[in-house]
Amino acid sequence: MNIVFLLFCAVLVVLGGIAFTLSRAKAARVRATGTTMHAQPDQYAWFAVLVTAGPALLVSALGAFVLLLMGADIPTFYLLAASLVIALIGLVMGLNQVRSDFHARRAIEGVIRKLLAAAAMISILTTLGILLSIISEALRFFQMHSFWDFVTGTTWNPGASFLSAAGRGDEGGSAAQFGSIPLFAGTFMITLIAMLVAIPFGLGAAIYMVEFAPLRIRKAAKPVIEVLAGIPTVVYGVFAALTVAPLVVDIAGLFGLDASYSNALAPGLVMGIMIIPFISSLSDDVINSVPNSLREGALALGITKAEMVRNVVVPAAAPGIISASLLAVSRALGETMIVVMAAGMRPNLTANPLEDMTTVTVSIVAALTGDQEFESAQTLSAFALGLVLFIVTLTLNVVSVFMIRRFREKYRVNNL
Amino acid sequence: MSQSFEEISAQLKKRHRRSARMKWMTMGALILSAAFLVVFISDMVVRGWPAFQQAQIQVEVSYDEQSQKLPLAAVDEDVRPLISRGFFRPLPRKMENNPALMGTTQTQWVIADSRVDQYLKGNEDRLRPADKETLQALVEEGRAELKFNTTFFTTGDSKMPELAGIASAAIGTVMTMLVTMAVCFPIGVMTAVYLEEFAPDNKLTQLIEININNLAAVPSILFGLLGLAIYISFFGVPRSSPLVGGLTLALMTLPVIIISTRAALRSVPDSIRHAAFGVGCSRWQVVRDHVLPVSLPGILTGSIIGLAQAMGETAPLIIVGMVAFIPDASISITNASTVMPAQIFTWASEPNSAFAEKTAGGILVLLAVLIFLNALAVWLRNKFERRW
Repeated sequence: MNIVFLLFCAVLVVLGGIAFTLSRAKAARVRATGTTMHAQPDQYAWFAVLVTAGPALLVSALGAFVLLLMGADIPTFYLLAASLVIALIGLVMGLNQVRSDFHARRAIEGVIRKLLAAAAMISILTTLGILLSIISEALRFFQMHSFWDFVTGTTWNPGASFLSAAGRGDEGGSAAQFGSIPLFAGTFMITLIAMLVAIPFGLGAAIYMVEFAPLRIRKAAKPVIEVLAGIPTVVYGVFAALTVAPLVVDIAGLFGLDASYSNALAPGLVMGIMIIPFISSLSDDVINSVPNSLREGALALGITKAEMVRNVVVPAAAPGIISASLLAVSRALGETMIVVMAAGMRPNLTANPLEDMTTVTVSIVAALTGDQEFESAQTLSAFALGLVLFIVTLTLNVVSVFMIRRFREKYRVNNL
Repeated sequence: MSQSFEEISAQLKKRHRRSARMKWMTMGALILSAAFLVVFISDMVVRGWPAFQQAQIQVEVSYDEQSQKLPLAAVDEDVRPLISRGFFRPLPRKMENNPALMGTTQTQWVIADSRVDQYLKGNEDRLRPADKETLQALVEEGRAELKFNTTFFTTGDSKMPELAGIASAAIGTVMTMLVTMAVCFPIGVMTAVYLEEFAPDNKLTQLIEININNLAAVPSILFGLLGLAIYISFFGVPRSSPLVGGLTLALMTLPVIIISTRAALRSVPDSIRHAAFGVGCSRWQVVRDHVLPVSLPGILTGSIIGLAQAMGETAPLIIVGMVAFIPDASISITNASTVMPAQIFTWASEPNSAFAEKTAGGILVLLAVLIFLNALAVWLRNKFERRW
C-alpha cells in the first residue's frame, strides 16, 4: 500500500516536471517567433503543472474519502491508475493551452483564489462539525432520557446507566438519573467566585495602568500580565489542588468551619486569578480608546482624577468593560482543567462554597473517560451537556460582540 | 448654596484624599496580581526542584549465573531493599547482550528506591528501621547521595516514581505539535490572506468573519467533543494518537493564527500594494512577492503564540484519550501517546506522594518551554517589526 502510494507520488511529480519543461519550451518557442503572448513562459508552465497534478490529486483524494467513509470497494491500485490517466489527459490539455491568446496568469490566479476560499470555508466547516456532532449525539441522549428531566431534575446519577446499556436495566439497583441542575449550580457558583476575584482585580489593574501609572511601570507590568495569561490551565489546576485547597481548609478551620478538600472556593479563586489578565488586557484596550477630549473636558471643570475616572471614563467605557466581563464569564463556564483537578466529583446542590460541588465540564470529562461504551447514556449525556455549554457561551459571545460594536460606533474607535 | 472658604477647602481636601485612595487601590490590584505570579512560581519551584535530583547508591553488582536467574541476587542482601526494582529487572537481558560482563563484579552507581529518595530529601519516612541504618551508613561512607536526575529527562512514565520521566510525553508533544502546525499554519494563513486580500465584502465573508471570532471563544473542551465524534467515531482515526490530538488542537488554534495573521497583513500599508499593482502585478503576485514577505515576522509571532497555547492545552486531549500510560516513546503519529500537560495531569492524580514532585518538576519543564516560546515571539516582534 505504502509503496504503491509512494510510486504514485513519484510518477505525479515526474509528470508535473514533464508538463513544466515541455510547456515552457513550447511557450518560449512561440515567443521566439515574435508572437506577443498574454503571459510569461513560466506562467504557462505552472498552469500546465496545475492542470496535470490538480485534477489527479482531487480524484485520488475523493476516491480515498469514499473508500474510507462509504466502505466502497474500489481497489487502491485502480484508483491511483485512474488518477494517473487523468493526470496524463491534464498534461496534454495543459500543453494545448500554450497559445498566444490564452491568459495563463489569470487562470492560475483563479485557481489560487478558489484554493484560498476553500481554506476559509474550513472554519465554517469546523463550526458545523461542532454543532452537528454535538446535536446529533445530544438528540440520541434525549431519546433515552426526557429533555424535561434533564433540565429540571435535581439528581445527577449517571452511574447506573451501564446496566441498561447492557440490557439489564430492570435488574434492580437505582436507575440512572440525569438531572443537570446540580451541575449548573456548581458551575455558576465557581464562575461567580471567579468573577468576584477577576473583575475587581482585572479592572483595577487596567484603570491603574491607563490612568495613573507612569509609562515605565506600564511597560514593566504588561509582560508580567502576559506571562500570567500564558500559563497552561493544567498548571493552575495543580496549584489549586495542591496549594490553595489545603490552604482554604486550614483557614476555614481557623474559623471553626468544616471545609471539604475539594471545595468550590479553591478552584473559583484560582480560576479568578487565571482570568485577571484576560479582563485587564481587554479593559485596558477599551479604557485606552476612550477619547482624551472627554478626560480633558472633565478635568477642566475642576474635578479630581478619581471623580473623572468614576464619572466619565468608566461610564464611557462601560459597554466595553461589560463585553470583556461577559467574555470572561464564558471562559470561566467552559474552563475544564482547574475544576477537573480541584473541584469535587459529587453533584451537590448547595450554596456553601466550602462544600464540594461539581461542574458541567467535570461531568463531561467524567462521562467520557470512563470505561463506558460510546452508545451508553452516560457517554451521550456528555454531548447534551456540551450542547448547553455551547449555547450559553455562544450567546454570551454574541452579546459581547454586540456591546463592543456599540462602544466602537459611539466613539469611532477602529482598533477594537 | 453659600459655602464658606473653609468648608470648600475641607471638602476639596477630602476629594483629593479620595482620589489618592483610588490610585492606591487600583495600584494594589496590579501589585497583588503580580505578587500572585511570584507566589505561584516560587511555590512550583520549591515543589518541583527536588524532582531534578535523584538518590543513587553505589553498590557492587556481581554478574554471574545466579543473578542471571534471580536478578535480585546481584547485590548484597542488606542494600537490596534500598535499590529500585527497575534496576534489577533488565539485568538478565543486559548480561545476555553483553557476555563479557559474565562472571565480573562491578562497582557502580544505581538508582535508589523512591522511599530512599524521599527519605534523603527529608519528605517522608516509610523505610524500615534496619534499612534506615544501612542507608545512614552508606550516606556516611559517601556511597549514597542525591545526584542530578537524568532519568527524569530520558524515560517515559512508570509506576515506580524513581523511574518516571518526562521524555515520552515530550516526544508526544513534539509529534502532536508537528501535526497541529502542519494543518493549521497553512490553512490559517490562507484563510487570513483570502479574507484580507481577496474576499469580496459580501454576506458570506461576513459570516466567515463572525464565525472565526466565535470559534476563538468556544470552550476548548467542545473541540474535544468534536474530535471524539468526528475524527474518532466517524473517520476512525486511532484514539490517543498524536494524529487525532494534533487535528483537534489544529481546529482550536486556527482562529488564533487567522486573527493574528490578519492583523499582520492589515498593518502592511496600502502604498506597497498600490506600487506593486502599478507596475502590473496581479493580485496573487502582490501578495506573494510583497505583502507576505513584509508581514512574515508578524505571522510567525502569532503562530508561535498559538503554538504555545496549543502546547499547554489539556482538556480536549483528555477527551480524545491522550492521557494514556506511555512508558516508551514512539516516534509515530498513529501510536498511542501522551503529551506534557496530560502527563502532569496523570501524575497529579497519582496517590503516591513521590509523584507530587514529579508533577511540579514536569510543570517547571513545561513552563520553561512555554516562556521560551513566548520570549521568542516577543523577540521576533521587536527585531523585525516595522513601523510604517
